[in-house]
Amino acid sequence: MTAKRRGAQLAMLAFAVLIVMGAYASVGLGIDGQIPAGMLTYGLGLGALMLAAYLVLAKWAPWADPLLLPLVTLVNGIGLVMIYRIEQTGQDGASATTQLMWTALGVVMFSATLIVLKDHRALQRLTYTAGFAGLALLLLPLLPFIGREINGARIWVGVGRFSIQPSEFAKILLVVFFAGYLVAKRDVLALAGRRLLFIDLPRARDLGPVLITWAVSLGVLVMQKDLGSSLLLFGAFIAMLYVATQRTSWVLIGILLFVGGAVLAGQVFSHVEARFDGWLNASSPEMYDREFGSTYQLMQGLFAIGSGGILGTGLGQGHPRQIPLSFSDFIFSATGEELGLTGLMAILMVYALIVERGLRTSLAARDPFSKLLAGGLSFILAWQVFIIVGGVTRLIPLTGLVTPFMSAGGSALLANWMLIALLVRMSDAARKPPPQAIQDEGLTQVMQR
Amino acid sequence: MNSPLKRVALACLLMFGLLMANVTYLGAVQADGLRSDSRNVRSFYARYSVDRGWITSDNGKVVLAKSVDTGDTDFRFKREYPEGKAFTHVVGYFAPESASGIEGAEGRYLDGSHPDLVVRRAIDLISGKPHKGANVDLTLNAKAQKIAYKDLANTGKRGAVVAIDPKTGAILTMVSVPSYDPNPLAAANKKTVNDAYNKLDADKTNKPLLNRAIGLTYAPGSTFKTITSAAFLMDDESRDVNTMVNAPDALPLPDTNISLPNYHGESCGGRATLLAAYTISCNTPFADVAMEMGYDKLKEQAEKFGIGSSLNIPLDVAKSDIGPDEGKAALAMTAIGQRSNQMTPLQMAMVAAGIANRGTVMKPYLINKITGPDGGEIDTTDPDELSEAVTPEVAAELTTMMINVVRNGTGRAAGLPNVTVAGKTGTAETAPGKPSHAWFISFAPAEDPKVAVAVFVESGSAGNDATGGAIAAPIAHDVMQAVLGQ
Repeated sequence: MTAKRRGAQLAMLAFAVLIVMGAYASVGLGIDGQIPAGMLTYGLGLGALMLAAYLVLAKWAPWADPLLLPLVTLVNGIGLVMIYRIEQTGQDGASATTQLMWTALGVVMFSATLIVLKDHRALQRLTYTAGFAGLALLLLPLLPFIGREINGARIWVGVGRFSIQPSEFAKILLVVFFAGYLVAKRDVLALAGRRLLFIDLPRARDLGPVLITWAVSLGVLVMQKDLGSSLLLFGAFIAMLYVATQRTSWVLIGILLFVGGAVLAGQVFSHVEARFDGWLNASSPEMYDREFGSTYQLMQGLFAIGSGGILGTGLGQGHPRQIPLSFSDFIFSATGEELGLTGLMAILMVYALIVERGLRTSLAARDPFSKLLAGGLSFILAWQVFIIVGGVTRLIPLTGLVTPFMSAGGSALLANWMLIALLVRMSDAARKPPPQAIQDEGLTQVMQR
Repeated sequence: MNSPLKRVALACLLMFGLLMANVTYLGAVQADGLRSDSRNVRSFYARYSVDRGWITSDNGKVVLAKSVDTGDTDFRFKREYPEGKAFTHVVGYFAPESASGIEGAEGRYLDGSHPDLVVRRAIDLISGKPHKGANVDLTLNAKAQKIAYKDLANTGKRGAVVAIDPKTGAILTMVSVPSYDPNPLAAANKKTVNDAYNKLDADKTNKPLLNRAIGLTYAPGSTFKTITSAAFLMDDESRDVNTMVNAPDALPLPDTNISLPNYHGESCGGRATLLAAYTISCNTPFADVAMEMGYDKLKEQAEKFGIGSSLNIPLDVAKSDIGPDEGKAALAMTAIGQRSNQMTPLQMAMVAAGIANRGTVMKPYLINKITGPDGGEIDTTDPDELSEAVTPEVAAELTTMMINVVRNGTGRAAGLPNVTVAGKTGTAETAPGKPSHAWFISFAPAEDPKVAVAVFVESGSAGNDATGGAIAAPIAHDVMQAVLGQ
């Protein structure tokens, strides 16, 4: 029987909040030698929020994985501190108060999801609803009047001062849809087909959903200039398809389709090609100085990480303002300057642990839908971290995405807190001891002592 | 479904592994390259995050360069030069990408990166305070420096003045004209600084960036006769100031069809004492004795005065040189400070100082002491001998000759009331028809020398035929007076 480990969870949660409060203090000490006035407000605010989240979890998902909430609290808190720190430099757009408010709303969403969704398998009945809703959200920014293009990507919808990024929510809905759809169709997708050379080729008509997802991904890429979301969705779909069918051929077909599509798009649309060129020749003066598709931001991010070195400059003592949008896509680089290689390793480790707890939930889940949903959500989190962190560290071409829980931005915070709520819900179901049989059969089956 | 899930888990592990490896590569392997990339402004900001030490003179009483805390996060400390132009060539400037003068040469003390300051640096690092550098106190005498600059600038000509304490080698004055205000070059803005620098650099006639005292060599003219005289006296112990030398009105130069005249065709009477020939600065006797002695003896004597040695004070000094051995006719010209005989004003000040210090040339230096940010002494320069140029006896003979120049000869303008001044004028022809370089070297008081001076006024900077006695000697007069506190 699995233990609840609630005491340990509370202790780790307190520890995470303490680390964050220490980081706030460190920012103030680094900037002007004083503990910032906001430390208690932010620290206690975060502490109160997480205590509320913990209480909800303890009541409505008592068997849930004890690590998820403290880990998420830690990255969310470090993100808050970094945004607070960047706000101190006066970079436009960074606001720690706004981010704390969104964190609060995120915790509300987390709690609401846990309270409302007593059994996640209810989602399986909403497979197609989720699919359509996800697609609609994804395409929403293309609508006139409410769709907005910010920093070159049309991934926002807004009314007045208020704007959201619907693709972050679409991400979860589509994973729900993939899970439901694949559970229903997996036998057909897995078994029908011919064997050619070493791989099993699927039937042409089974390719339909794959092609539709491919088309939607490319649509996002082309019409919204959002390489990141495109890559994110398609990658998640392929991974889930693989888990559902166990067929490597799907992975190969998927990769071929995406690379083919991207190459094609690269030849037609300059921004795709620019990103690729920028990746290969980031530090060349031509790429750095050119007006469109310049690698200035990427290089400034790399300079920040390099200048941070192994231990970093210390919070409050770097120059995050040098990186355009350091509080958003490039928050990882800004963190690298002040916390160094050491800090970045710790943050990557926390992400890896969150993913690991999610995958563990998936392995322990008792039904295929839960397995696929938990696996899909964990993978999409890992995949998102890989795409954005790999992008800003020049491991792969840069595509704009939010660093989960760290980057400034309300939509992403809400969506990711909901994602964690789903994982918590499923881990609760997976770790809950099965109902006891009425008659204890153990003793009667003993043949010999 | 568990086996594909495990593979997905493995893929996730691989992704995180790749990210960690890449971050390690950036933060540990590529870090130095990224840090020093010229497009990374952080190294630029770092220059201004250090509370750089001050540069002072007169035992810390006069502030020549200081750091002012502006409170700005990126460019926190601003460098200021309160004394301005008169000290620029020595003090230098602290520019965004370079530093000149003492600012450059003693940069590691000033910014605190010198190994001597490692403990201090560690304490600052731990306490989180801005790092403070060490202070550098110069040997300069600010009063004399300012007077030298003012006098030389007032002539409207280019030139340099160097004054040395003959007994220690401490440099009391080092002025180069024209000068410039170092403050614009210390602005924390690359473009402003580059514009200011390029403007100075573009002035190819006046070359204000050049430190004429040590940066370039010039024909020393008749001041070099001091060295020729030293060689002549050292060559034979029986010689003294009254030894008779040939002093024809014109000296035929061997293997040529020209003869060497005296200055302005004056007559020195056919035969004269060394004292008389030196006092009125005849050319022919010195050319004659040099040809008699030969190149090697002259060269050897020159080297004993430090000519040809590389000096670092700690600014780099251009090497002075009497030129190659090109036969007797050339040697005749070399002996009177012409032809390829090229000296820095500092070198000529060292010649005067060596004679003043009973024949011993002291190593010239600019750093008096270096003190830590807390005032504790880190390093003090101990005076050091460079060489024995002449014996004390010969030094005394040369002093007599130089005193006579100021009393009765071409250097009367350098005379001070109640103080015995020793000196020698020089007027070097640079090219036919071109104005001459004007020189004056001197020291005072002759009995117990406290200051040795070399004044150099460059040719071409004015139309009239300025002689050392007319234009350079009065400047030496004022500098000596300032140092002696009269």
